Amino acid sequence: MRKKQTPCGFHYIKINNLSVTLDAQNILSDVNMHIHCGTFAAVIGRNGAGKSTLLRAILGEIPHGGTIEFKNTENGRMQNLSIGYVPQSINIDRTTPMDVYDLIASFRYRMPICFRRRSLEKEIQNALAEFDAENLIDKEIGKLSGGELQRVLLSMAVMDEPHLLLLDEPVSGIDKNGMDLFYEKMKGLVKHHDMAAIIISHDLDYVAQYADEVILLDKTVLADGSPRAVYESEPFRQMFGGSYDYGATAMRAIPLGKAR
Amino acid sequence: MHNLFAYTFMQNAFIAILIISPMLGILGTMVVHKRMAYFSDALGHSALTGIAIGTLLGMTNASLAMVVFGILFALLLNRIKFRTKASVDTLISVCASVSLAVGLAVLSKGGSFAQYSSLLVGDVLSIKKTELPVLAAAAVCTLVYWGFALNSLTAISIHPTLAKSRRMHVNLIEDLFAVLIAVLVMLSIRWIGVLLINALLILPAASARNIAVNMRQYHLFTLLIALFSGILGLFVSYYTNVATGPVIVIYAGIIYFATYWRSKTG
Repeated sequence: MRKKQTPCGFHYIKINNLSVTLDAQNILSDVNMHIHCGTFAAVIGRNGAGKSTLLRAILGEIPHGGTIEFKNTENGRMQNLSIGYVPQSINIDRTTPMDVYDLIASFRYRMPICFRRRSLEKEIQNALAEFDAENLIDKEIGKLSGGELQRVLLSMAVMDEPHLLLLDEPVSGIDKNGMDLFYEKMKGLVKHHDMAAIIISHDLDYVAQYADEVILLDKTVLADGSPRAVYESEPFRQMFGGSYDYGATAMRAIPLGKAR
Repeated sequence: MHNLFAYTFMQNAFIAILIISPMLGILGTMVVHKRMAYFSDALGHSALTGIAIGTLLGMTNASLAMVVFGILFALLLNRIKFRTKASVDTLISVCASVSLAVGLAVLSKGGSFAQYSSLLVGDVLSIKKTELPVLAAAAVCTLVYWGFALNSLTAISIHPTLAKSRRMHVNLIEDLFAVLIAVLVMLSIRWIGVLLINALLILPAASARNIAVNMRQYHLFTLLIALFSGILGLFVSYYTNVATGPVIVIYAGIIYFATYWRSKTG
């Protein structure tokens, strides 16, 4: 995978007037977002605010109004947007007869996954190594811990260097350490690989610590900007109550960040 | 002990088992993986409806009537699956029951159901040499589909949205899969029986799942278990003079419980 020292800053993803109507209900309307490469953006909002719908609309899984543009500011040209997606969880049980190789190969290659190819194995191993997961290649996916699965899914999502990474924050099976590692890794990834990332998050503390940009969503964008700006905005207070202490989180974040 | 292959019907049945068992086994790996056991069960039951409608329309070829109806029924079930927000297993059960009832109602009119009762259990010993090529062709179709779609089907079963984000044609692959299940089930049903076809489809893969740790093992074990129970079932049924389908399923069932026990203790 190509590494860049700093994001080029010339690419950006622009979402214009995005709207989604399902069963005659307006789930999202007039959503506008603007995300540069190298930006780690977080979408927050209460349950049912349309966060997952937004993600599915960007992925093209459900029809939407409005446009999604991917542009290079240097020459103003439109490019095709490639998206890497990391779901919240996957649909497996403990007895699913698949190892990590099978999982990744099923999504990426045509060769029936029963026939293992050395060259593919090498490729997958390299991708996993990016997240210190290369030793997991033969592990059954039903026996992966939440954190391990997350790393595997991330490796898969960034394997072909997408322009945009869409992440559904894991809600279960990952401890505090794992979550810190997850966010650190994401942040580094976005900086080093010239991609933009949008994470749907349920954890205001992590967002305050790690996100470059925050988008507060409730059927439309209520507030966006730096974490501090959004957390101190009126719509944020109305949604989460006045109790959230941005200062306290930021204070916690500083020594943690320095420790690493 | 006399040579049981001296009989032509035994030769034909043996070849048929060699084709049907691995074919249904491989199909079963995908059915089990996609948690579609209900789906194939419903399709099996709809075979009678296919024959019933065929009779009403005056079709002379019962197999053709079954296959055509099976395909339509499978696509209908798929549409329901894509659209509905209700519990899919319940809906499929309802559709299967209603279709079975319609089939039984039509076929039993005038007390003539007895001639169809062989369909319930099937009889592989009655297969003719001229009917083997059809099965072989179906097996080839299964292999081709498997070669093309195994990865996508696996990916879809893991996470449909993620599969779509990789530009997989989810609906097309699922529709083709439904059609394939329908065709194979309908072509095999005369030999295996309405009541048992799903067992033969599901059991080898379900057993393999108990002990396999990756897809390679999953397929290998499924094939071995399917062939083993198929051949053993045929021979034992010959010597004990018991219908073949049930004996095969009994052996497949024993293997399932053995592997289940092993997966719990191992």
